[in-house]
Amino acid sequence: MTESVAAVPAHTGSRSTRLLGLATLAGIAVVLVLALAVTGPDKVQGDAARLIYLHVPVAISMNVGFGLCTLGSVMWLWKRSRWWDTVAVSAAEVGLVFTGLTLVTGMVWGRPTWGVYWTWDARLTTFSLLFLLYLGYLVVRRLPADVEVRNRRSAYVALLAFVDVPIVYLSVSWWRGLHQEATLSLSTTISGLMLFTLVLGIAVASMGFLWLLVHRFRVAWLEDEVEIAGLDLAITERRAEAASVEVPA
Amino acid sequence: MFRDAALVAGKDLRIEWRSHVTTNQVAPFAVLVLILFAFALDPDRDVLQRATAGLFWIAILFSAVLAVQRAFALEAADGNRDALRLSGLSPAGIFLGKAGAIALELAALEVLLGIGVAVLYNTTWSGWLLLITTSVVATIGLAAAGSLYGVLAAGLRVRETLLPLLFLPVVAPVLLGATRAFEAALDQSPADGWSWVTLLTTFAVIYVAFGVLAFGSLLEES
Repeated sequence: MTESVAAVPAHTGSRSTRLLGLATLAGIAVVLVLALAVTGPDKVQGDAARLIYLHVPVAISMNVGFGLCTLGSVMWLWKRSRWWDTVAVSAAEVGLVFTGLTLVTGMVWGRPTWGVYWTWDARLTTFSLLFLLYLGYLVVRRLPADVEVRNRRSAYVALLAFVDVPIVYLSVSWWRGLHQEATLSLSTTISGLMLFTLVLGIAVASMGFLWLLVHRFRVAWLEDEVEIAGLDLAITERRAEAASVEVPA
Repeated sequence: MFRDAALVAGKDLRIEWRSHVTTNQVAPFAVLVLILFAFALDPDRDVLQRATAGLFWIAILFSAVLAVQRAFALEAADGNRDALRLSGLSPAGIFLGKAGAIALELAALEVLLGIGVAVLYNTTWSGWLLLITTSVVATIGLAAAGSLYGVLAAGLRVRETLLPLLFLPVVAPVLLGATRAFEAALDQSPADGWSWVTLLTTFAVIYVAFGVLAFGSLLEES
């Protein structure tokens, strides 16, 4: 059994992820310089508008994360492949971190523009519910259970949460009216260097998201390996124990 | 499927009728919530009257958590879950039966709380057609979503704490829709309320369909 332990890698990095990580760090530096120093302040919102280079990119990655979680769950139910299940859980976890970032940057941005940290705006409310829905998913995911049972259970929870999202969004928008038009129209009038910074920000956030996702995937995969190997190990040890007992003649 | 549903619902309602858990524990709890709201808010300045719709549905939502927990605690004891699985009843039928029984219990609670707010909060009910339609579709949605999460949490040691965390965010649109529709009815402007009924109906249809398709698989596990 020692060889299976030796086969476990010491870390989850590889040459390509290290390159990706370095590129992300470099990208973050470039975006920071562009966002804080090179681009000018917005006419209406002043310096507060610079948050767009962070807020919008993390929000986009968040959506990708939850989309991947749903895709992974559907694919698991269809193919029963461990790979897809691991995609679902890693994407949900990283997606949740990005939702947290979206909410925090949104609140920090809300303070100077709306005058308050929190407003019961349709998107903000939807995101907060989304955060809670996927928190529930991760809680279910952590419950001790058979791998197969756990995978099925969490796949259904992910789907139940996913079908709720459009209803939540619709209900909250009817309730509160749509996202503040002023903040939306900002992105439609954006051009030149600001647009380039935003697009670069989106690319860098996606790279960071991917980097985290790959590492989280590898950790989750190895965790399952340990669980599966652990059972085999226990069985072998028990067998060895039984064989070592000498039966008296 | 519908015969199985009637059997399961009949069984659950008979148990409730004989054990008095819903009547002696869940219903008093719901009324207690109404009274606690009066302590938290200012009862003399029309605050309660204006907030009636929301408080009514919050009380129903909390009671729904208890009703769902109760409905699946019945199946958790003494290997009932396996018995249910081996009974040969169609899983979709079991789902509809469980959800149906929960829906009927909630409907009874809604009548009770309706009288409760009229007495305690001095609310005058109006717009009956909208009120009743809203209650029916919202209750179906709550019962269907509740049964799905109920069976999911049923076999777990952490079920009491897990169910509210999973169930309440999902039914947030029901709370929102039902509250707005009730407000429209109470404001004598029912025309504003019907779009919310559409939303509640969509919710109910989606979760009932989900339950009919997925309940068997959820019952299998643990």
